Amino acid sequence: MKHMNTADLDHQIVLATQAGLPLDPQPYHRIAEQLGVEASLIQERMQKMQNDGRIRRIAVVPNHYRLGYVANGMSVWNVADEHVDDLGEKLGALEYVSHCYRRPRYLPEWPYNLFAMVHGSNRNEVMEKVSRIALLLKDADQGHEVLFSTKILKKTGMRFKSSS
Amino acid sequence: MDESLDEIDRTIINKLQYGFPICDYPFQIAAESLDITESELLERITTMRDNGILTRFGPLFNVENMGGTFSLCAMKVPAAEFDSVADQVNALPQVAHNYQRDHALNMWFVLATETLEEKHNTLMKIEQQTGCRVYDMPKEREYFVGLYLKV
Repeated sequence: MKHMNTADLDHQIVLATQAGLPLDPQPYHRIAEQLGVEASLIQERMQKMQNDGRIRRIAVVPNHYRLGYVANGMSVWNVADEHVDDLGEKLGALEYVSHCYRRPRYLPEWPYNLFAMVHGSNRNEVMEKVSRIALLLKDADQGHEVLFSTKILKKTGMRFKSSS
Repeated sequence: MDESLDEIDRTIINKLQYGFPICDYPFQIAAESLDITESELLERITTMRDNGILTRFGPLFNVENMGGTFSLCAMKVPAAEFDSVADQVNALPQVAHNYQRDHALNMWFVLATETLEEKHNTLMKIEQQTGCRVYDMPKEREYFVGLYLKV
């Protein structure tokens, strides 16, 4: 792999790390050995990817079910299009909202355009947090629902392929 | 709450959800800030990863910023067909997560693809195989992403 360009190298780094970072005192050196390049280059490219947002962060990802956050409520809200961005920023700033997105409606059956994921130790706790969101939105809340997950059918995270 | 976690494990989880250094000896740097040794940190992360407390440890990629697509999709699956449809959907490598939810739209999965074309092909394949319409709900705007659980 002596003549890799940066795009190829970045892709190889993604493939080499998507299952996780080596649990070794020098993880970036282990990746470098695997790819046949200098460790400093691996660190430089990963720092670059983190700076430009391809890597959000390098971190531990806890299994929230194992940590007691067994209730997972996807709250969905119908708010006016002209207010959705302001309200989205407001909801996203709440400490009990983990993910907050604007998404397309499917009228008439799916009128909701604002999604806020709420986690808690049980359904009552999630519902209590959703009530607080409703109070915050007041008249801007033109209808909402909470969808609880009843079963995890698959959870592998994304996988990049080596073909490209 | 998992009883097997002690105070140090909790601190590791709480702190290392936010980031991890990129340098020659990152575990040593991280261990110093946690007031433990490098070998203890490595041992504890390994244990927590192996026993499922941690789903993973490593870089979290932003698919859109890498040129790919990431979309939340929902389907109304008839109860009698639910398990077989779940098997069909889960078999696709592009499906990263899949949850059953208590709603008429009862199956919600996340589709991650490297190109827009791959996304369209995958959606079409799912509709043809399952006979269910896919409600594709890609995010139009992101206000916040960060599942920071305090343990």
